[in-house]
Amino acid sequence: MTGLVYDFSVITQSIDHYLVSHWGPSLAATIEFVLVGILYLLIYALVGLMLVYAERRICAFIQCRLGPNRVGPQGIFQTIADFIKLLLKENIRIERADKLLFFVAPFIIIVGSFLAFGTIPFAKGLHALDPDIGLFFIMAATSIGVIGILLAGWSSNSKYSLIGAMRSGAQIVSYELSVGLAIVTMVILTGTLQLSEIIEMQRDGWFIFKGHIPAILSFVILLIAGTAETNRGPFDLAEAESELTAGFHTEYSGIKFAFFFLAEYMNMFVLASVATTLFLGGWMPLHLGNFETFNHVMDFIPPLVWFLVKVFTVIYIIMLFKWTYPRLRIDQLLSLEWKYLLPINLFNLILMSVIVLLGLHF
Amino acid sequence: MTFKEYIGGIFQGIRSLLKGMRVTNHYFFSPGEIVTQKYPENRAQLQMFERFKGEVIMPHNEKNEHRCTGCGICEISCPNGSIEVITKTIITEDGKKKKAIDKHIYHLSMCTFCGLCVKNCPSNALAFGQEFEHAVYDRSKLTKVLNKEGSTLMKEVE
Repeated sequence: MTGLVYDFSVITQSIDHYLVSHWGPSLAATIEFVLVGILYLLIYALVGLMLVYAERRICAFIQCRLGPNRVGPQGIFQTIADFIKLLLKENIRIERADKLLFFVAPFIIIVGSFLAFGTIPFAKGLHALDPDIGLFFIMAATSIGVIGILLAGWSSNSKYSLIGAMRSGAQIVSYELSVGLAIVTMVILTGTLQLSEIIEMQRDGWFIFKGHIPAILSFVILLIAGTAETNRGPFDLAEAESELTAGFHTEYSGIKFAFFFLAEYMNMFVLASVATTLFLGGWMPLHLGNFETFNHVMDFIPPLVWFLVKVFTVIYIIMLFKWTYPRLRIDQLLSLEWKYLLPINLFNLILMSVIVLLGLHF
Repeated sequence: MTFKEYIGGIFQGIRSLLKGMRVTNHYFFSPGEIVTQKYPENRAQLQMFERFKGEVIMPHNEKNEHRCTGCGICEISCPNGSIEVITKTIITEDGKKKKAIDKHIYHLSMCTFCGLCVKNCPSNALAFGQEFEHAVYDRSKLTKVLNKEGSTLMKEVE
């Protein structure tokens, strides 16, 4: 009925058949790997650059400024110009740094966020990976990032970097817990970890409506804890510009700095996608009860558009956090997690369990 | 902290956080509030503020008269030495000798726009102009003579 109009698995399967019939299964698989890899790298970089641009424009509007508006129409090529500038910049070798770890750290971070990016279901049949343990995989992949941050801070052999990395480590380890518990709360409702199946279950209503109170609570908790986990303001003590110059990536320059920057924004995108998939129905169109005509009109909008609109709404909220609130102190940060988010989360977990057991959800 | 305070604190916090987000959200969705001006494009209708310190000028009235008596206080008070007052002696109608300015030289290249000359002038001869596009190709063009050619002192200024 719904969503069948836009099924991308038909397209991907026809490409697969075409490649298999021409080159045989093993070579076709290799070609597919390369194609998907290149495509995802391109999307990854482009979405990252676009997010940087969006952030700069949004924060400018919030602060009654115009923001970048000279390079191209409305300044849309500004971040691309910045990226080219970063590519051309010198990659400074730090004399006293641990060469190998210093070199590896940005790659670890970007691999972590890229792996998580691969599992995002953009539309029906439009995802690179769809493992049974999708949510768990995303959790695992994103937490690789903290190793990269700690390595970057430690190997730089600089006090700013080390303090930034230590703060970031404490922060991410604490907030990982809240993100995990918020997701576990939703997993009680869904009963599965596979992202495509989670979305399929929201065909007749998004989980934020189906799970009502505990779902809304865990949505808010996921947003707050996720913002902290991606090291974004107001939880950006790890790279607090005014205190630590740039935190763990103080010593990085050129393209390696760009990696950190890109990974930070893409982590935000992954977080927003997870929130969208879990709570806002992923690429499912908005359906209102029995308004048949309304539902049909909504069905005509492609799932990719639905997905992106939802994701960017969530990203806008996360950006609003950053440009509204002042940066937290480290003790405030930790007390927010351990004294507030965690107890609320545990309570919410029990509430959700009770609701699911008694069948009080829709 | 009692349990009631704990719960109350959470709700109070959420309320104040939402309040803050409402403000920023309002600014995001109201482009009319943007104060940044697109400078080279709006050059024709650009209005500088009255208190803007563009450059030091000497206002003249329509009879080509200024208020500078040539006392030299501006020259003394200028911390950078960007003002030079060259005076001459003129003979007034009733045959008296009197000091008057020949040239009031102003080096824009050295001026920091501190405003001490304007503030200290006893006869309000100096003022700040609104012109701010000072870029020139030759440094000597930044040295200006503030009194106009053939200008005289206003009658009421003594």
